[in-house]
Amino acid sequence: MTGPDVQRALSRIAHEIVEKNHGSANLVIVGLQRGGVWIAQALASKIADIEPELVVPLGLLDVSMHRDDIDLRPASQVAVSDIPCDITDTTVVLVDDVLFTGRTVRAALEGLNNFGRPKCVQLAVLVDRGHRELPIRPDFVGKNLPTKNSDEVLVAVDGVTVTSGATT
Amino acid sequence: MSVAFRGGSIVTKDGVVSADLLVDGGKIAEIGSGLSADEVIDISGLVVFPGFVDLHAHLREPGREDTETIETGSRAGAKGGYTAVIAMPNTDPAQDNVPTIEFVRLQGQRAGLLEVIPSGCITVGRQGKALAPMAELAKAGVHLFTDDGSGVQDPLLMRRAMEYSKQLNVVLGQHCEVSALTQGAVMHECGCSSDLGVPGWPSLAEELMVHRDIELARLTGARIHFLHLSTAGSVDLVRQAKRDGLPVTAEVTPHHLSLTAEVLRGFDATFKVNPPLRTISDIDALKAGVLDGTIDAIATDHAPHSRRDKELPLDQAPPGMLGLETALGVTCAALDLDPLAIANVMSVAPARIAGIADRQGNLPRVGVAANLCFVDLNASWMVNPQTLASKSTNTPFVGRQLRGKVVHTMFNGNLVVRDGEALK
Amino acid sequence: MKHIRSISEIGKSGVLAIIDRAKQMAEINSRPIPKVPALRGKTVVSLFLEDSTRTRLSFETAAKRLSAETMNFSVSNSSVNKGESLRDTIETISDMGVDAFVVRHKSSGIPWQIEQWTDASIINAGDGAHQHPTQALVDCFTIAESLGTISFEGLTISIVGDIRHSRVARSNVEAFAMLGAKVILVAPNTLLPPDIDHWPVTVSTEIDDVIRETDILYMLRLQSERMDQGLIPNLSEYGNRFGLTEKRVAILPSASRIMHPGPMNRGVEMQVDPSLLSQSLIHRQVANGVSVRMAVLFTALTFNDDRENAIERLAKETAQ
Repeated sequence: MTGPDVQRALSRIAHEIVEKNHGSANLVIVGLQRGGVWIAQALASKIADIEPELVVPLGLLDVSMHRDDIDLRPASQVAVSDIPCDITDTTVVLVDDVLFTGRTVRAALEGLNNFGRPKCVQLAVLVDRGHRELPIRPDFVGKNLPTKNSDEVLVAVDGVTVTSGATT
Repeated sequence: MSVAFRGGSIVTKDGVVSADLLVDGGKIAEIGSGLSADEVIDISGLVVFPGFVDLHAHLREPGREDTETIETGSRAGAKGGYTAVIAMPNTDPAQDNVPTIEFVRLQGQRAGLLEVIPSGCITVGRQGKALAPMAELAKAGVHLFTDDGSGVQDPLLMRRAMEYSKQLNVVLGQHCEVSALTQGAVMHECGCSSDLGVPGWPSLAEELMVHRDIELARLTGARIHFLHLSTAGSVDLVRQAKRDGLPVTAEVTPHHLSLTAEVLRGFDATFKVNPPLRTISDIDALKAGVLDGTIDAIATDHAPHSRRDKELPLDQAPPGMLGLETALGVTCAALDLDPLAIANVMSVAPARIAGIADRQGNLPRVGVAANLCFVDLNASWMVNPQTLASKSTNTPFVGRQLRGKVVHTMFNGNLVVRDGEALK
Repeated sequence: MKHIRSISEIGKSGVLAIIDRAKQMAEINSRPIPKVPALRGKTVVSLFLEDSTRTRLSFETAAKRLSAETMNFSVSNSSVNKGESLRDTIETISDMGVDAFVVRHKSSGIPWQIEQWTDASIINAGDGAHQHPTQALVDCFTIAESLGTISFEGLTISIVGDIRHSRVARSNVEAFAMLGAKVILVAPNTLLPPDIDHWPVTVSTEIDDVIRETDILYMLRLQSERMDQGLIPNLSEYGNRFGLTEKRVAILPSASRIMHPGPMNRGVEMQVDPSLLSQSLIHRQVANGVSVRMAVLFTALTFNDDRENAIERLAKETAQ
């Protein structure tokens, strides 16, 4: 995916979110620390362009304390959650850059519960690279990208690249 | 049975000379070359010293036989080259009565590895309140009196002890510590003790009592021996007292010549000792004191403690460390002494102070008692706490390179240690 | 870091990492449900051989908010009182399967002595007059929160009181200086440790000499037994010379802040009611205690001995 591809995909997702939820009322966009943050910001701003009369709250969620693999990958980077409103009875759209095993999303669902009980949670990702380990599926996908388990997927504003993760 | 030691060299007052040595009937029978006997032992590379004399060992019997007995302590001493050890009186019961004195001496004879010489208390029960029956104890053979473990705090009582002892021709050994200044002390008072947040033994606590007792010696003319001096200030005080011609002598331990307070930073109670390990400048002053004769003797302050006791929190663990088996190696590693000087500080001077020069601490010559040790002065070795003869393992020298090792020890003409192993 | 035992041992990078982590924990504590599963399956034993309800509760709350199991072993129910050695106690509890010991003891050095008897992490909740690193981390976090920055460059912190017997002072001197503050110790000579020329501090024997240049006035508790030990003549003389009085509050620069590690001795070092002082950070210190101790527990308990392995696994997972 090139930079323009990314922008086009985000615009489409923004429209799909608004379409699926019949507008932007009662929506909360929550980006997952750290890769999902800029995507959530981009989506929020695109939704605001589509439905300018409403401001969609934008939240950030750090899931490192909810992961089931803390022992395997020490949480070296510190990121803070910031949920700006009560999410009970809202529709939360979780936003991340890449959907892989599904474990981050599982942790996010659990973390979200600490802040309230949403009516509904949807999932938007820029890239779905497969290899799910949990029964989780995205509601909105930028691009389905077939990968090998050992590949590395890098997502940035200027494009998505896949590098072969040959073990060293 | 006669034994000839061949191919080694012997410490004499004129230095080290190559010679064979013949022991017969518990005495040195002949010194010469090409000597033969019932048994001939090759000692090439070894130097024959008079058996070492330790002025200061805690053998823990009676009372704490779980940490050391007179037998295990004797064995440790023999392995360290000692043929005589002064047993400190802080036993339980304390050595303030003739039966206890006799018991200690007898246990030493039963072990038969070296001569165990009981010291006596200055005050009853080492309580610092009333004089022990010093004349009675002296009659039972006690020559060195001390309350070691603590100093005699009361200056009046100390004055009386000195006046009284002078007539008896015995020596008072003082553990110099003004205890009011050392309440709860864990280590030397210094920047390190402040970092660790523990109360310290200030140098002053030792030096005040050294000074007091020097002045009491000046007043009374009594003989005083300073145990385990640890500070530069103490060395200066003793040096001046000797210049003034006062009858004072002093000892230093191997650990005070080699370790500083900094080793306590790991909170290992093995390094807790009284007096405490001090600073580099104290070590330098103590070494200078040994070299210029201000310090007469090296004494171990061998103090066995159980593992359990040394695993107590640092402020509750008892002070003290093993010394008998490592004294020579630590001393030679710390201090560059020629063999005659080693013989002086390890044997000749301590025997004189302890009043046993008739049978111990004599440079090898024909006719003297065969109390000898045979030393490889060039051996470099490390301590293995598992192979110590002592019943306890609280040596602070694990992992340190020592120099000079005792190979054989002969006590009253009998080999008690051969090739580093105790024979009984 | 496997163990959190002293400020110097964890170093500046460790202090900064823990404070950073504590911000994350503070956010968790602000949630409607302040509990995360991060340390699920880990067991934390609080071994308090010296009474301290506050610090123990602070640690236990922290452990529970991270979903760790907690066990509590304190003086009153301790078999140490029945002649069991500390080694036996540590080894016995370790055998039960423990991931961390939070230890408080009246003797300096215990967290180092027990290291050889257990594989668990050791967190020092105060050892004798030696170190109290989590209190120092709480204090640094609180100051950083108040300043809005973790750099203490240009800041003057005056620590007033019984420095000699204070583990809080020892940890804070190291931590404050590490973060760039100028540290002044204010105490009578009898309450200063001997030979501290090598400490990164200046020393003053009069609070009034330094109060005008002080940005953070850190008051220490003065225990009345210091009087019996002859270290001070009496409590009222101490209070007059070193206590925080109305008059001193008045000359304290308006932007300055007042701290105290608690528990306070009203009428001795605190002659004013701190709850009436707008400059007081004392409540923030208590409030931040849980967040910082969560960060400490998380840091120690997610420490991975086998870091190489972890990195390899991480690479294989191609984590997002």
